[in-house]
Amino acid sequence: MATTVTPDQVEKVVTDALPQFGVDESQITRDATFEELDVDSLDLAELSQIIEDEFGVQLKGEDVAQIKTVGDAVDLVVSRAA
Amino acid sequence: MSRPESATALVTGASKGIGAAIAKALAEDGWNVGIGYRTDEAGARATLEAVEAAGGRGTLLAGDVSNGTGDDLVARAEAELGPVLALVNNAGVRADGLALQIDDEMWERVIDTNLTAAFRLTRRAMRGMVRSRYGRVINVASVVGPRANAGQANYAAAKAGLIGMTKTIAAEVARRGVTVNAVAPGFIETDMTADLPKEVVQAVPARRPGTPDEVAAAVRFLASDAAGYVTGTTLFVDGGMSA
Repeated sequence: MATTVTPDQVEKVVTDALPQFGVDESQITRDATFEELDVDSLDLAELSQIIEDEFGVQLKGEDVAQIKTVGDAVDLVVSRAA
Repeated sequence: MSRPESATALVTGASKGIGAAIAKALAEDGWNVGIGYRTDEAGARATLEAVEAAGGRGTLLAGDVSNGTGDDLVARAEAELGPVLALVNNAGVRADGLALQIDDEMWERVIDTNLTAAFRLTRRAMRGMVRSRYGRVINVASVVGPRANAGQANYAAAKAGLIGMTKTIAAEVARRGVTVNAVAPGFIETDMTADLPKEVVQAVPARRPGTPDEVAAAVRFLASDAAGYVTGTTLFVDGGMSA
């Protein structure tokens, strides 16, 4: 499927999702860490589901544990979708 | 927060007994009801009639939750009725014997149906509940588990496991408006207890068996908007047995 998934597409989905968890939109950058954004493990589990619904990429708990920044999440999804 | 429109409750083991009473009670409270059952289609149809007589919408969902083929119950309920925002893990089996006599098959059958299936269904249903910021999971446990009952080591392990699972998942998702609770019936008059000697009631302070409707009333409360701050708890419906 997903050779067409671009970093921009993933970034948009992530950026749109994060405010649902109370994140201030102005603070979302590729380098922002989820810790700084106050995004916790349940938020990341929910974000994983949104990504799975959107791109068909399944992220497991151990994958999510490696992700530190917004950019990490985007890159991981893009690499898995390729 | 109040229950969203067209919210659906999935009740496993709803073809008779406690599950049938729960399905009817939730329909009376305005839930759409997915009626899970394994083989007793006639019983499930009777439950559906009761749901409809209560003014509710329902659908029959056949599937064996113990072997994983029941995992699509949530998807089927959602396709036919609407988002599953309540899950009642009620399906249960017994395979009694002293621990010395419980073989692996008896152990696994009881754990698979009473505990593992409840986990899988909860994991699946939780997705929509977390996203909806509303959900109710109610696990039908037992006084057996918190209390000893010779001849039911497998059943006690499964039911105590359900209570432990209830507490931890409740803590995980509480901030999303999803509550997870258990009810623990004592000696309830159903097919499952029909073979027990009548003297069992002597161990019950109320000196009578409970009815499926009395268990359903507790589930109905835990599923209600009024119970939004009740989570991780076990509500005993046992005529005082565990007191």
